[in-house]
Amino acid sequence: MSKPVPVPTPETQQYWDKAAQHELWLPYCEVDSKFIFYPRSFCPICGTSDIHWRQLSGRGTLASFIINHRAAPGYEGEAPYVMALVELEEGPRLMSNILEVEPKPEALRVGMPLEVVFEERGDITVPQFRPSSEGDRS
Amino acid sequence: MSKEIVIVGAAESTRIGTVPDQSAMQLGTDAALQAISDAGMSISDIDGVASTLQTVELAHHLGIRTRYLDGTVVGGCSYMLHVRHAVAALRDGKASAVLVVHGESGRSRVGMAPRLPDPSGPGGQFERIYGVSGTFSSFTLPVMAYLDKYGLGEEALAEVSVAQSRWSSQNPRALRQEVLTVESVLASRLIAWPFHIVECCPLTDGGGALLLTTAERAADLDLKHPAVTIVGTGESSEGPGVSFMDDLTTFRGFRDASSEALRDADMNTGDIEHLMIYDAYAHLPLYGLEDLGFVGRGEAAEFIRSGATSPGGSLPMNTNGGGLMYTHTGMYGMFALTEAVRQLQHRAAAQVDGVRTSMVQGVGGMFGAAGTVVLQRR
Repeated sequence: MSKPVPVPTPETQQYWDKAAQHELWLPYCEVDSKFIFYPRSFCPICGTSDIHWRQLSGRGTLASFIINHRAAPGYEGEAPYVMALVELEEGPRLMSNILEVEPKPEALRVGMPLEVVFEERGDITVPQFRPSSEGDRS
Repeated sequence: MSKEIVIVGAAESTRIGTVPDQSAMQLGTDAALQAISDAGMSISDIDGVASTLQTVELAHHLGIRTRYLDGTVVGGCSYMLHVRHAVAALRDGKASAVLVVHGESGRSRVGMAPRLPDPSGPGGQFERIYGVSGTFSSFTLPVMAYLDKYGLGEEALAEVSVAQSRWSSQNPRALRQEVLTVESVLASRLIAWPFHIVECCPLTDGGGALLLTTAERAADLDLKHPAVTIVGTGESSEGPGVSFMDDLTTFRGFRDASSEALRDADMNTGDIEHLMIYDAYAHLPLYGLEDLGFVGRGEAAEFIRSGATSPGGSLPMNTNGGGLMYTHTGMYGMFALTEAVRQLQHRAAAQVDGVRTSMVQGVGGMFGAAGTVVLQRR
């Protein structure tokens, strides 16, 4: 079984189009000076439609995680694997796997720096994160 | 002064746990008929139905001629919302007796619609693609942010299961009756580190029902058990998944729904003698105790470890054993409500002496929705 893929909606299409180009983009509210996740066509804080898509750095830190011992369809053979919430440098928080790391508690630390990588799943490209190649500066 | 609304019937399905020869509808209607009987009422007295089962089917199945239908489905706390909505309808005269019903064949999946995840919703696009294999791999995800913030280890979660096993060991209907220790919890099978199997809810079959009417009406009924008054309710929501929480260490839904319920009841946490916090996973009582205001930030683990929520403690909590130990059909909230009613009627399996006020806090989805009910025996 292959890994699950998203079905984009008109409001999220650009997120997935940019991911296919190995870039991380989100809508940005010009009024509140904040990125909006998940993507929508207006700002849920102030209601303005004055939003524009901007690229994010792809750098973040590990906000929380678990190590999943029971594989989801498509993840057979990969358990245990790390599921995480990643806090991006620019503010938004995304779910991700943590790739290129031992799936052990001692290899993971809340606050550890991460960077985006992109995983191809058929016609869709999925943003993923791995420990920062710049190392742990904290 | 608004009309007093009371629970005159509260029952669970005769069988609970693994029931492969009964459908979700059968489990629900078994409980419903018992609740009606406890109230000394008959089907023709009921004119309102609220359920996570399909309400038109349920009403027809039971032979109820409805003038009030509530099909709110926001996950396991739906029943707290059903109670809240029914209180408003009964006060306003839009119904005279409302039946709230839960029936779920969570383990055996008899008479259950197939589960079809939506790959285009927020969860489908931004969560499920990362290998979410069940609620145990997503509901649990914020926990390390919480433990890290307060310098706690995995023992903090284990203590929750230990405390609740002290209650379930006194409950013959509980699925998990073994008294646990921190060591035995940590030695049990890993599901999603730091969660072991006894820190995750089981999946079971069961049903439950509540019957609500006005105190005025109840005074004329031949009740099997004392009526329990609904003194306060609250409901709220935060987001469609853990990724969308404002703060990973606290649930806005818990905070907002519980504060509204206490305001509604004109009470504070000091008035509460018995507490149910929906515990699909062991971190929920930690978040709940803090978000509801029973303890300060970061203090819940020590509070539980101290025995405060265990038998004989100052704040008996999850006294049926909780979703972790008692049963968890999928949408457990009904069983938290039936246990609170039983405690107030002084007929619980592990009865707390003389308890008169209870607070029941539900959660729906993965930190998605919340519903609170404050109950009192007058």
